[in-house]
Amino acid sequence: MAVISRGFHGRRPEPGRTLPPGQYETRDFPVLSAGPTPRVDRDRWQFTITTETGARHAWSWPDLMALPSESPTVDLHCVTKWSKFGTTWGGVSLDTLLADVETEAGYALVDSYGGYTTNLPLADLRGGRAWIAHTYDGADLAPEHGGPARLLVPHLYLWKSAKWVRGIRLLTRDEPGFWESAGYHSYGDPWREQRYQGD
Amino acid sequence: MHDTDRAATGTAPPQDAPGGATDFLDGNALAGVLAELFAVDVTTATSRCAHCGSSGHLAALRVYGRAPGLVARCPHCSEVVLRLVRTPQDMWLDMRGCTALAVPMAPA
Repeated sequence: MAVISRGFHGRRPEPGRTLPPGQYETRDFPVLSAGPTPRVDRDRWQFTITTETGARHAWSWPDLMALPSESPTVDLHCVTKWSKFGTTWGGVSLDTLLADVETEAGYALVDSYGGYTTNLPLADLRGGRAWIAHTYDGADLAPEHGGPARLLVPHLYLWKSAKWVRGIRLLTRDEPGFWESAGYHSYGDPWREQRYQGD
Repeated sequence: MHDTDRAATGTAPPQDAPGGATDFLDGNALAGVLAELFAVDVTTATSRCAHCGSSGHLAALRVYGRAPGLVARCPHCSEVVLRLVRTPQDMWLDMRGCTALAVPMAPA
C-alpha cells in the first residue's frame, strides 16, 4: 500500500484564520532570495523617495528612527504558496514618509540594495497598509529577512515587500520590477490569486 | 544595481548566507529546466556577462533557486545573467545579462 505523506502542506490554519486560495500555513519563516544577501551599514544607509519631477526626499537611519514607529501585526502570503499568520513588526508608516511629498504619480517602483525592484500602485503604499520595517518580533530585522530595513506591504504577495529597501521612485506610468518583468503579476493580490501575468 | 552603487552606498561585497553556508547552486542546476527549451545541453555553452564582460560556462554561474524563479548570477560580478520563471502556461527566459552564447556543436 502506498504511503502518502501530506507533510506540512496539509496544515490547516487555526480557527478564525483564513488562508488565501492555494496557500498553506507555515510556522517558521522561510528565507527566499534571488541573490547574495547585501550587508548594509546603518551609518551609510539611506532611504529616498523621488517624485516624477525629480524632487528627492532622503532619510538617514537616525532620521528614520526619529519618526513615529508603529507595531503592525500582519499575515504574510508568499507567492511560493506559504503563508505565515500573526507576524509582528516595527516600522515607519509610508503615510508618514509620504506626508510632505508632493506628487501626481499613480505608481511606485521600489528599489533595494542589491538591485532588486518591484512595482505597485502608489495608493497601495497609503492608508496604513505599508511600512518601512526595521524590527521583526521585537528585534532588529536580520539581514536575511531584509535588514536593516525592508518594505512591508502585507496585503500583496510578499515579493512586493522588498527586502533591503533603498528607495521608491514615484512614476506616472507603471514600470515592471524584477519578478513582474519575468512572468509574475503586476499587482499580486493573494486573495484573487494573482500570481502570474494573466491571472 | 551595479558594483559602483554597492561601493557608494556601503553595501559589502556579495556574501553567502549567514553561518557560511552557501545559498546558491552551480549552473548545472539549470540543466533540467533548460533541457525543456533547448535541443542541446546549454550548460556547457559559453556565455559572456553583459555587466563585467567575463566569459564562462553556464555551469559556472551561481544559481539562486529559493525564489519565485531561478536566478543565475555571474560568479565574478554577481550581476544577473539569466532568469527562468515557469508559469502554468509559459516558460519565461530572460537573458538580458548575457551578451553572447557559444554553444558547442558537431562539425557542420
